[in-house]
Amino acid sequence: MIQADRVTRTTCPYCGVGCTLELHVKQNFIYKVTSPFDSPVNHGNLCVKGRFGYDFIYHPNRITTPMARRYLLQNDYQGALWKTRYHAPELGNRSLTNGNDSPTPWDWVETDWETALNLAADRLTHIYQRDGSDAMAVYCCAKATNEDNYVLQKMFRALFRTNNVDHCTRLCHAGSVVALQQSLGTSAMSNTASQVMLNDVFIVTGSNTTENHPIIALQMKAAVRKRGAKMIVVDPRRIELVDFAELWLPLKPGTNVPLFSAMAHVIVKENLVNWDFVRTRTEGFEGYVESLEKFTPEYAEAICDVPAENIRQAARLYATAKNAAIYWGMGISQLSHGTASALSLVHLALLTGHIGRDGTGLNPLRGQNNVQGASDMGAMPFHYPGYMLVDREENAVQWERLWKVEPGGLSRKLGLTTTEILEHAHEGGVRALYIMGENPMMTEPNLNRTRQHIEQLEFLVVQDLFLNETGVYADVFLPAASFAEKDGTFTNTDRRVQRVRAAHPPRGQARPDWQIVCDLAKRIEARLGRPTSAGWDYAHPEQILREVAQVNLDYAGITYERIEKVGLQYPAPTLDYPGTPTLFTETFPRGRGRFIPLDYVPVMEQADDEFPFILTTGRVLEHWHGGTMTRHSVIDQVYPEARVEIHPADAEIHGIRDGDPVRVRSRRGEVVLRASVTEKTTVGVVFIPFHFVEAAANLLTNDALDPQAKIPEFKACAVQIFPARETDLPNPEAILRRGRY
Amino acid sequence: MTIQLMMDGREVIAENGQTLLDVTQRYGIVIPTICFHPATTPNALCRICVVEVEGQRLLQPACIVRAAANMKVQTRSERVMRARRTILEMLAATVDLSEAPDILAMIDEYQADPQRFPEAHPRYVPIKDDNPMYVRDYSKCVLCWRCVQVCAEDAQYTYAINFSGRGYETQIGTFFDQPIPETTCVFCGQCVGVCPTGALKPKREALLEQGLMPEQIVRLNTGRRRRT
Repeated sequence: MIQADRVTRTTCPYCGVGCTLELHVKQNFIYKVTSPFDSPVNHGNLCVKGRFGYDFIYHPNRITTPMARRYLLQNDYQGALWKTRYHAPELGNRSLTNGNDSPTPWDWVETDWETALNLAADRLTHIYQRDGSDAMAVYCCAKATNEDNYVLQKMFRALFRTNNVDHCTRLCHAGSVVALQQSLGTSAMSNTASQVMLNDVFIVTGSNTTENHPIIALQMKAAVRKRGAKMIVVDPRRIELVDFAELWLPLKPGTNVPLFSAMAHVIVKENLVNWDFVRTRTEGFEGYVESLEKFTPEYAEAICDVPAENIRQAARLYATAKNAAIYWGMGISQLSHGTASALSLVHLALLTGHIGRDGTGLNPLRGQNNVQGASDMGAMPFHYPGYMLVDREENAVQWERLWKVEPGGLSRKLGLTTTEILEHAHEGGVRALYIMGENPMMTEPNLNRTRQHIEQLEFLVVQDLFLNETGVYADVFLPAASFAEKDGTFTNTDRRVQRVRAAHPPRGQARPDWQIVCDLAKRIEARLGRPTSAGWDYAHPEQILREVAQVNLDYAGITYERIEKVGLQYPAPTLDYPGTPTLFTETFPRGRGRFIPLDYVPVMEQADDEFPFILTTGRVLEHWHGGTMTRHSVIDQVYPEARVEIHPADAEIHGIRDGDPVRVRSRRGEVVLRASVTEKTTVGVVFIPFHFVEAAANLLTNDALDPQAKIPEFKACAVQIFPARETDLPNPEAILRRGRY
Repeated sequence: MTIQLMMDGREVIAENGQTLLDVTQRYGIVIPTICFHPATTPNALCRICVVEVEGQRLLQPACIVRAAANMKVQTRSERVMRARRTILEMLAATVDLSEAPDILAMIDEYQADPQRFPEAHPRYVPIKDDNPMYVRDYSKCVLCWRCVQVCAEDAQYTYAINFSGRGYETQIGTFFDQPIPETTCVFCGQCVGVCPTGALKPKREALLEQGLMPEQIVRLNTGRRRRT
């Protein structure tokens, strides 16, 4: 038996559930992960990623030495030239050398922190002084801590005077965030995830909860089996939760608005409206009801391909329940009308009053471990920390005071979003980009175009664990510490701020993100010759959180001491405030909840004769997003390859058998991978997970954007499928053999 | 509603519906448990928690028997102590308890004789190492059933494992003895988390015990991602 050198209590780095972990460490190596059975979020349960997904920390390919391109060290600066001349065009080529014997200016050279940080500071300062604020942009990171994100957005706002600050929330729940802001004035889960046990009826839509939020799914299953709750699944795929559901509405991808509006139509026509709630807590009801007139269940049936009677049944179940809640994922938001799609859910809650009480609510399940926190910390182009709009004078003044910026110094202009930043990477647009821990070359839509954009950047700094698909385009690489090597806080999907603790020192020369950023910021500040410092001398991340809390009052009551054992749910405005499990009990942040009339807008790309299938993308249980973590872990052995799911009826027409190699092509790109012939998908719809560089689903996806939220349409694009040969597969020896799939 | 009962000659108060084990915990009376776990449904399989209840012919398992008004309970009577001692002696005769420190401590405390049944056949099962996440060494299994429970309704609703065989041949297994990856297993490791005897163990822990260095383990486990 092994005795652990120490057991470190921390928070899981994978999804937004925020499970408590105990890392058992021997010889600075995590050999076992357990979870305390009294943990408030997960009650001792974990999923495969949380319990077994840690090899990436020790993977031999991890970069733990700062690196810079040779041209920088030789002071042979020629803008974007070297990148386009020497970079291998193949997606995912991550070799450290050029493959030739003779050195080129684009080779990586290992260096020391001093040199790497000075080079980065020189180039960033140079570009800022030459081209101004609009040339600077940053991707913060929903995997990094609150503290890391706060100092990074502070660096770009206070030093480079730009709001071109965003992170992957844009690709994830931007539609939900905008919808909730417009209708309620806030953007987080209204209730606590574990309150699913108090639901009598709940709707799960656009979320494959069992694979993407496994621990919340356990509670959903228990609510059904142990408490007799009724679950309504609205999803184009026959996900595992359907086995537990009272009702499954297999709608066509991207037809949420007609379906949920038809439910609203039924609620109004059958007089199931909670009139008290509508009168006292909402506005805009009359105009909205008029807009509902055309959304009859029959109209929805024609569009969504769901029987009208089932829509009626779902509406009655939801409206007449004592406590009903809605849980949703990317299937709602990742559409070119993602905002409207999320609003159609908000309306259901406002009509029935299923919000503002325990066991009800509007609950967008946040994807990343700290996407809620990164948003709270102002890693967004329109908001300072605490969702304070950047174009409001009274907000800017507060941050100018805190960061000792001269009055009027901070930018009042709305910044560019994640998707817009890369689109603006050209002469006269964004010239320098700083990426902390994100991998847009796997996670942006239409990767072929994304690559053209990223190649146009003059200077790219990447701060990460691995030289991933994005890192290969970087000019300077700064090796960061993993979650198990640093202190800080994550904020989970139900607004619970929890501690992250170092289990052992960083590998090699890697350093915590907040330290790297502060060190770099000091150098840039010195080069800019600013008369006052915005403040970068933190001894511990706790001091960073205290600084945030001076202005972001939701966090004012949260100290490391208070969350030492159990995390607190913000808003927690004072030091004795117990936290807020349920929002909106009295009122909404904007006062009354607002009904916003909707129209049905189809997805941008419909299936047609040439591209007869609709492709929808998503995740699998075993992998995480771009794969930087899980594909460098042992989990890759149990799920080693991408598969395209196709319905047996479609497969038969096209002569495709289970396991056959197929070529999937859209108007933007193509991939070759094996087919899984399965009834998990519906006729006319195929599914590819986006984790696998060998068959990157995002080569196919459509980069059409939601006009308000700027979120891309990952969830629906038209594709064609042909049989391919075994030799066309990028990695034929990796075969998925699992009883479960 | 509360009820009154006698426990070891003391008057104690219980909430309606509480088990005898719940009641003892409130009064600091120690009853040993093996198969009981706060996160799983109690099944009274191991019988180590038995107590003597006046008027009952058989010893009663405290983990499932509910407190009732005016019950008279002995938690450490001679009969109870002998039963517990015998259970421990039978476990020691058939199961490898080397990684079950709690049970070993009970053997000391109850002065059980691990050699009492020299003719017994220890249950020896070859180690099952069929997946990259965890190893199964059922020679160490005391059949507490917790792993089966968390794989089913107590947590995961996955149903990958269950009892197989009968009597002495009883084991935890998969359907048709399939390797774990070919079952419905989702590798959540809930089973590993509740195993009290080290029968289920993360693979990395097992490799470290075998003397491999972390660097070697990592090379075994680095996935198969191409183009690195």
